[in-house]
Order: sequence, then C-alpha cells, then structure tokens
Amino acid sequence: MADLNPLTAWRKFLGLPNETRTKTLGIAFIVSAICALMVSGATVMLRPIQAANRAVEQQARLEALISGIPGMTEILSQAGGSLSTVVVDLNRGAAAVGVQPETLSAALQESANWTALTPAQDLAGLGQRPDYAQVYFLRDSTGDLSLVLLPISGVGYNGLIDAILAIHADTNTIAGLAITNQSETPGLGARIEEAAWLDQFRSKTVTDASGAIRFAVARGQAGSEYEVDGITGATRTSNAVTRMMRFWLGPDGYGPLLGAIRRGEF
Amino acid sequence: MSARTGLWGILTEPLIRQNPVTLQILGICSALAVTTSVATALTMSGALTAVVVLSAGVVSLIRRHIPDSIRLIVQIVIVASLVIVIDQLLQAYLFEISQRLSVFVSLITTNCLVLGRTESYSRHNPPLRAMVDALGNGLGYSLVLTVIGAIRELFGAGSLLGWQMFATVDQGGWYAPLNLMLLAPSAFFLLGGLVWAIRSILPEQTEALDYRPPDDPENAA
Repeated sequence: MADLNPLTAWRKFLGLPNETRTKTLGIAFIVSAICALMVSGATVMLRPIQAANRAVEQQARLEALISGIPGMTEILSQAGGSLSTVVVDLNRGAAAVGVQPETLSAALQESANWTALTPAQDLAGLGQRPDYAQVYFLRDSTGDLSLVLLPISGVGYNGLIDAILAIHADTNTIAGLAITNQSETPGLGARIEEAAWLDQFRSKTVTDASGAIRFAVARGQAGSEYEVDGITGATRTSNAVTRMMRFWLGPDGYGPLLGAIRRGEF
Repeated sequence: MSARTGLWGILTEPLIRQNPVTLQILGICSALAVTTSVATALTMSGALTAVVVLSAGVVSLIRRHIPDSIRLIVQIVIVASLVIVIDQLLQAYLFEISQRLSVFVSLITTNCLVLGRTESYSRHNPPLRAMVDALGNGLGYSLVLTVIGAIRELFGAGSLLGWQMFATVDQGGWYAPLNLMLLAPSAFFLLGGLVWAIRSILPEQTEALDYRPPDDPENAA
C-alpha cells in the first residue's frame, strides 16, 4: 500500500526511530538543505549593500592616502579634479583597449583575461594575476603626471592583503601606502593598517642605481633608504608586504607600466 | 541547578554564579581578542548572544528528531549557518565594526560556549527554557566582555565607547596610555584577576585540587 499523501509520509518519517538509517540520512539532508538556503539567501540578498560599503571604504582610503601625502592636497585644489581613472593592460604597460572602468569587473570574470604565474614569478602568492588593472593618475596644473596610485594585493598570514600604493612620477620614490583590506592577526600583523607604520613608506626608494628592486620591510629597524621598520611579532605579515611590493613593482606586475611612465608615455 | 528552576532563575543564574566565562572558562579566545574597546566587545557580545539564542531555539525545536550518531554535526551546521548569516548582516549594516572584529565573528562557530549550551541544555529542554538559558549565558558572556573591554579601553586609550575620559599626553593632557592594555596578554591578566575576585567572593566556585604534587609540604606530614 503505497501512501502518496506527503503529509502522512512526513509524519511517518518523523515517527521513525531516530537511529534508523533513513531518518539519520533524512535529517542530515533536511538540516543541511535548510541551512544552505539560509546562508546563500543572506549572501545574495546582502551582497549589493556590502559591495557599496566596500566601494565607499575604498574611496575614503584613497582620499586619506592622497591627503596624507605632503603637497598632494595643494595639487588637487589647484588643478581641481585632475585625478583620472585609467584601466591599464599590465602586459603591454599601456592603457587598455576596449576595457573601461565600468566594464572592468565584467572583463575580469573571464579567465582569458588572467595570467597564470609560475611559482618563481609568484612572489605575492596569488597564483594568477589579472591582465587589466584600474590605476589612478594625478596630474598637476600643467598636465604633467605627478603621482600614480596602483592597487596591489598579496597573500598575508591569514588571508589576502589589498593596498593602494602611491608612487611619484619618477617611478622610484614611494609617496605612500594605504591598506584597504586585510585579515591579519589583530594586535600584531593587523598593525600594518596603523598610520604610524604606513607613514614610513613616504619617500622610500624602490630600486637602486642598477634598477634592481631593493625595497623591503626590514627585520627590526630599517637600515637604509629602501627599508621600513618590521613589525615585531608579525614576521610573516612583514614578509608578505615585502613580497607583495616586489611582485607588483616588478616585471610581472606594474613593471611595464612604470617603464612606459619613465619614457613619458603618459 | 535544579531542573525545576523558574525562567527568571534560568536567566539570572549564568550572569555571575554560573558565568560561562569566569566559572566554566568557556569562550575565552574571543573574549581575549575583541575586548580592546567597548564598542567591539558589545558588538561581539550581541552577535554571540543572537547566535546562541537562535541556535538553542532551533536545536530545541528539533531535539526529538536529531539522531544521536550525528547530533554534533547537526548542531554545528546550524550554529555555523547562523554565524554566517549574522556575519553577513554585520558586514552589510555595521561595516566599520565588522572590519574591526575581522575573523572573530566567524569564529563564534567554534566558541565552546555555543556548542556547550546546545549540547548540554537545548537538547533536553523545550524551546522557551532553552532560549532563556541561552540568553542568560549570552548575557553572562557579554557582561564579562564588557567589563574587560571597558577596563582595557579606559586604561589603554583613556576613553570609553570612544568618549575621551582621560586627556592623554598626545592630546596635551596628563594621562600616559598604558599600551599593554591594548595587547592580548593584558586580557589574560584581567580575566585571571576577575576569576580570582569572583571566586574570593563566592568561595563555592573554587574547584578542588585534582592533583597534589608529591613534594608539597602539606602532603609530607
């Protein structure tokens, strides 16, 4: 006698002894299905609000970064609105063709626009790198490039670290660094967010005369114009910042773009 | 605690006498990590209380149908899902604070306090009693977090909830902030001090020694 009424079937299921295999599997399935629905529902419904929050945060950090660099607010107020957003092709080191800031996130959905990194290249631990990146150029009143803002990222101790690096138009002097996203250990690695530590990046030199990248987070006190102080108790985070900076300033990161800037192409 | 305690008793018992943090020493990892300021401590307390109450309610509702063999997995799945939902809500509506709490909201899942309550109480009690018990435990946890957070913020930064109480030297005042208070070890000291203070006032909380070292002079006689 097959009983097809779902209500009685449900009652019968609930009436089964808890230890039977059917009930164990059934309960496991029902609980996980309901929980999955709940989690995905919350994630999907709240995503737009979270994305807006992050965008506001990013904007605020960008503004804080610019206002923290000496002379930058004057340049901005003189020239007015001279901060321009450009999507660059990292392989060619030139403005991207056919990708606008609005279409960038769609372009990065496609795996064809990513380059896989070999372990030797992959200093920042990313595994792959997008071919396009959105950078910001700041020009003074005569139209000359004064500052480039480059978004960078790398794997830290607990997760991804995102930052924006401001570099002067000579492409060799750091103007500042702002951490936009990190999940390092609170009180230790998370101190990379502190203004006192980030202030040291100002006026540091990236490469030596031969062109080799020398910038590093020191172990302990900084000993040269290329170094900033390390964070005690956060060696892994400090090293991650070093590797991330070296990767993105190197040939597999913004190297081609920086070369083009040095040649005066922007 | 007798099984027939009234709801009020269930609610107030875990506040001090059966406090989950100071008596049972449960959930102290997060208690140490998020108490650098009152605001983060309060948010964390709110999130944990919400999770523990909701999961107690859900587990208690289905308590007659959870097979014993998979009961821990079922409870953890419920707790973890609630934690993710709360984390997402915080990221959407309290973005600033969720950034400061970072991973510790997700770590509520592994907070022994939550699983301890669902496993030991909600599985054997009807939803209302289970949720009241969970609320009591959540509030007990919140109380400890708030006290430690207040002490750390007051002495570490000279402020309370962001309001400057002592003018610090940086601002031209007299108070030199005690930076140790903002580092994790200070929470250990404070929590230890708190446990000691409570057990001095309520001596019945003191545990009997499990083991007496052989060269203990009291033992030699």
